Formats: sequence, C-alpha cells, structure tokens
Amino acid sequence: MSILVNNKTRLVVQGITGGEGSFHSLQMIEYGTKVVAGVTPGKGGTVFEGVPVFNTVADAVKNQKANTSVIFVPPAFAADAILEAANAGIKVIICITEGIPAADMMNVYNSIKGKDITLVGPNCPGVISPGQAKVGIMPGFIHKKGRIGVVSRSGTLTYEAVKQLTDQNLGQSTCVGIGGDPVIGSKFVDIIKLFNEDKDTDGIIMIGEIGGTAEEEAAEFIKKNVKKPVVGFIAGRTAPPGRRMGHAGAIISGGKGTAAEKMAAMKKAGIMVVESPAEMGITMAKAIAKLKAKNAPAKKAAAQKTTQPKTTPKKKAVAKKAVSKSKIKSKTKK
Amino acid sequence: MKIHEYQGKQILHKYNVSIPMGGVAFSAEEAVEVAKKIGGEVWVVKAQIHAGGRGKGGGVKVAKSLHEVYEYSKAMLGMTLITHQTGPEGKIVKRLLIEQGVNIEKELYVGITLDRAVSKNVIMVSTEGGMEIEKVAAETPEKIIKEAVDPSVGIMPYQARKLAFALGLSGVQHKNTVKFLTSLYKAYEKTDASLAEINPLVVTKEGDVLALDAKINFDDNALYRHPEIAEYRDIDEEDPLEVEASKYNLNYIKLDGNVGCMVNGAGLAMATMDIIKLAGGEPANFLDVGGGANKETVANGFKIILSDPNVKAILINIFGGIVRCDRVAQGVIDATRETHVSIPIVVRLEGTNATEASELLEKSGLNFEVAHSLQEAAAKVTGVLAR
Repeated sequence: MSILVNNKTRLVVQGITGGEGSFHSLQMIEYGTKVVAGVTPGKGGTVFEGVPVFNTVADAVKNQKANTSVIFVPPAFAADAILEAANAGIKVIICITEGIPAADMMNVYNSIKGKDITLVGPNCPGVISPGQAKVGIMPGFIHKKGRIGVVSRSGTLTYEAVKQLTDQNLGQSTCVGIGGDPVIGSKFVDIIKLFNEDKDTDGIIMIGEIGGTAEEEAAEFIKKNVKKPVVGFIAGRTAPPGRRMGHAGAIISGGKGTAAEKMAAMKKAGIMVVESPAEMGITMAKAIAKLKAKNAPAKKAAAQKTTQPKTTPKKKAVAKKAVSKSKIKSKTKK
Repeated sequence: MKIHEYQGKQILHKYNVSIPMGGVAFSAEEAVEVAKKIGGEVWVVKAQIHAGGRGKGGGVKVAKSLHEVYEYSKAMLGMTLITHQTGPEGKIVKRLLIEQGVNIEKELYVGITLDRAVSKNVIMVSTEGGMEIEKVAAETPEKIIKEAVDPSVGIMPYQARKLAFALGLSGVQHKNTVKFLTSLYKAYEKTDASLAEINPLVVTKEGDVLALDAKINFDDNALYRHPEIAEYRDIDEEDPLEVEASKYNLNYIKLDGNVGCMVNGAGLAMATMDIIKLAGGEPANFLDVGGGANKETVANGFKIILSDPNVKAILINIFGGIVRCDRVAQGVIDATRETHVSIPIVVRLEGTNATEASELLEKSGLNFEVAHSLQEAAAKVTGVLAR
C-alpha cells in the first residue's frame, strides 16, 4: 500500500495544455501514472498526447472516472481550479502552482475543511508512491519502491532526502511535498496520520523549515500516537528573523517559528532530529535496522511455532545476523 | 512588501480608519509647510524608515513651534537611524511624517495577521500599547486577546464589541473603537495585507480613537491585483544587491558570513546554509536560483555573491531533477571562466547525469572542489576554509 496516490489513481491534469502542465503530464505518463484526462476551459474535445481534454473537471469525472487531480494553472486562477475539482467530486487534489495569494488559499481551505477531500499544496512538488504513481514534478528516477514515508515543506530538499534513502537501499512507500506557503491544504499532522495508519510504512522522515508552528503540532501528535520511528530535520537554523527565505511561509516573525524551537519540540516528542541535512538517510537506516533487530526474535519464534516451509533459510539468516548485531550494540553501549 | 508609516496611514484613511492629521515631507521647508497646514501648537516629526523602534533611536520628536519643526526636520533628514530592527548599519532617513500632536489618554495595541495554525485571520488587542508586543506575548500572554475571523463572513459586529470591551472601554470610546476595528479589518482584507499593526492605538482625552502608528505589510503574491499599492515600494529601503538579484529572477538575501552559496530550491538553500555553519563557516547569503540553473543564472549568481567582499569561498549545491547536471556543470565552467572567480569553489551536483557532470568539472582545468554527497560538500568547505 501507500498513501494518497497508488495504482488505482485516475489522474486529471488541470492546465494540461500549458507550458508546465504539458511538460509534466508527459513525465507522469512516462513514469506510468494513469493520466486519464486533462482540463483546459475552451479546449474541450481536443486530445493531448492521447489524453482527452475536457472543458470542465466535472466532464473529466463523468467521462473518464478521474478520482485525483493535479493543478498546474497560473496563480490567479488556482483557487478557482481547486474548488472546481472539489465540487466535481475529486477526493485527492494536488496543487503545484506557486504564488497563490494567501487570502485565496484561506478561502479555499475553510471552504473544503470538514469535507472528505484531501488537498496537498499549493507551492509543492506533489506526491509520489514509487512504482505506482507519480503526481507532480519530482524526478521519478531517484525514488525506489519501499516502506519509508517522506513528508516535507520543500522540493529539492525532499529529493535530497529521497536520494539518501535510496542510497541506503531504503525505498519509499509515499513521498509527500506539503508545500512552502503559509496556508496549505494538508499539514504535517494530516500526512503523518496517514503514514501512521498505513501498514506498509515502517518509518517516517519529516522535513520542516522555519516559520509557523506546524512542526510543533506534528510533534505533539507523534508523541501521543506514533510508534513508528520518525527522523526529523528543520531547515533554516542560520536564517535571520523577519526575512522570507524564498518560500512564502518560511519566515521567523515576532520571534516565533525558529528552527531551535521546532527542533526542541520534536526531540521532546521522541523524534530523531538530525543536526545536518546529510544525515537524514543514514539515521533512518539505523532506526530501521534497530527496529528489525527488535522484531526479529518475535518473528523467529512465530516461524518456529508454525514451522511453515515458506520461510526461506536466507531470511532466517538475516534475522539472526540482525539479532547478533543488536546484541553487540547494546553491549558496547553499556 | 513593506511600506512606510505615512503610506500605511494614507491607505487607512481611504478605508475610514481614524488617523491624526499629517503629511509627508522630503525637506525641512516642506515639513514647516505641512505643519502650517495642520495648524495647532504641537506637532510630531517622525522619521520614515522600514523599521520599528524609531522613537528610542531618536527618530520621533515632539515640536512645540514651527521653528522646532524646522530644526528637528533638518537634523533628522540624512541621519543614519539605528534601531533594534535596522541592524548595526542603520538606515538613512530620507522622508519625514509631520503630524498633529494629540492628547493621549490611553495607549492600546491592535494587530491583524494570518494565524497559520487555523488558516484564518486573527485580530489581537491588548491594553499594553506602546510596548514591544513580542515582549508582552512572552511575559504576559493573558494580556493579549484574540479573535479569529471567518473568511466567508468577515469581521462581525459582536467580535469588534467583544474586543473593545476586553480593552476596558465604555461609552463613546467603546463605540469609536468598534468602528475603528471594523474599518481596520476591512482595510486589511481589501488590500491583501499580511500584517496590519497599530501600536499604539490611542484613545484621546476627547474620546477619539486614532492610529498613532501604522505598520502594514502586504502579501507579495497578491500585489498583481493592487497596482496602486505596488507603487508604494521604496527601493531605497532594500539592500542594493537584493534589488540587483531580483532583476535576474534570483532570490537572494544578504547575510554576514564568509561562505557564499548558490542552490536550487528554497528548502535546500536553507539546508545548505545550515551545513556551511556545521562545516565551520558562516553563510554569506541565501540564494535560490530556481528551476533553471544555466550559464546565465550561474554567472549572475557569481556576480551577486562576489560583490560581497566578505566571501572567502563559494558552495554550489544543485539537485538536478528535471534539469540535467552536465548542463549545469557546463554553465558553472563557462561562468567561472568568464567572471574570473579567484576564490575556491566547492561544487556538488546531484541527480540526472551527475557522473558526467563531475567528469566535466574535473577535466575543466579549473580549480573546483568536486563533491558528490552533501556530507562531502561540507567537508570540502571546512577544508578550503582551513587553508
């Protein structure tokens, strides 16, 4: 499994004929995402690279059974596009557009709040469940199918984390870029909740940055509810207060939203907070090895009880190795 | 975007928010003319810079004659005003606001901003006006009363009444405060402001409620629909290097360190600054070159970074997803040759065609320190700084 997008995703691209929309539609199709429709008002009836284009999202839903939307329309029209998708019955809406006025997003957020709709973004790279569907602008090839969930406010810094995971031979269940704006559809808490409930996610990497209090809220939730290992990083420890660091939402205002505050709250919640962004992958690898070692004796016992021939000797050997490793570790620690 | 106090007050006046009588002056002579027009016997001369704490720095003076208006204005114009918000270098005063003096009975606080936790605008009031509100929030948070506004209906009269009562007001003062808060919220909403802070909000002995100060910031993303506000931009208040960078579509913020950096993406740029610090350096800037890192963007980036004499080394960190690393590498090589960069450059390119990119850099004959991982990049920065 995975969260938000998977091989059942039937994607409609809003703004499919625009510069960004057309380029990334091709990239998504190449990755294997089921792009079933495009929407460009006034271009209904045309076809883009084999994908039928409609005038409205409602038409795309009716004719192509689209269930997920990705939005590439310019900032002035993006709020309208999100609400059009929401009212057409789309349940997962992913908005890539950067530069939407905060007031527009505030109206959108409060209008769809409480409804059975997940909005991701805006100003985000999108969502990818490796091997199943890529809905967004991230480079597909750095990803690997696996069991780590990644959630982040940034784009390229997310790719950095993914690359580090893949280099550690740790694949990803789903990677979600929630976006760098002050008003976003899904916050850390919303995505971490989904990862926590997903049986195929073993660990979570959360990448925050200065500004707001979303990381603190997530830390509070994790402390109470999450047993899976969580590795965290906060970008912007060296950022000066009162300056917007590229992202509209990355600003320390009134002395609030500093990296130090966020890191302290996260550490307090049991999150493995890394000081250096170069250590996200390795820290998760260590946490997963530790988890495997902890679970291995239980698995071994279960295997012996049922004496199922399905458990290959290779797997047993791996489990044994992990156990002995953990023993050594705990000894050296003492 | 930030604007001056007098510009903020012009906007407030347009939305029927009460302000003291006043006007802008660019010379001492003009200041006297404005004072004459206002009339009365007491005026306030206020330096107009984009920073708070002006009073303590000598940027606000009460004049009791037209002669004093002239003298204070003469002294203030051209002076370098240093406040806790300007940094040690301060800002040069080029504009003044001349206002009528008012009979202050109470100093209150009101601020409106977006509360990200609930994704709604929130109005905050406090009886502790005239003080640093951050300090009030930290020490006596119970003295700040908040009211979140539902965006679908806007501010409701009961909310304004509640806030005015919380300020301990009654009678005509209460009535005027309700009117003030309602108008202020409308001004904030209609102009796509991101902050409207009135500190102090004063109640006069006559019962008037006035904005004695006005700090209004706007959402940059919404400026396209407010051309009249976009015109208020004062480039003199911005860092010249940052203004130059914005011409090339580079997102640059100058800092005080010794290692310049050039990165694609805001989050990775912040993380790169952090890694410079961990490597024993201090970041000299934030620079996000965005999606297309080609020869031109890299060359322009070099130009901006190298205009800062404190820079002793440069770290280029590009994660090429859609953009190909070998193309970025060629851009870096060409730009380095053309701009004759003499300080060490650590280059880390990761992503599509990263191996080809490293080969290009190594074969270029130029003095690049090529790193493959973020960890290695940090180590190389430490290395070049130790030279």
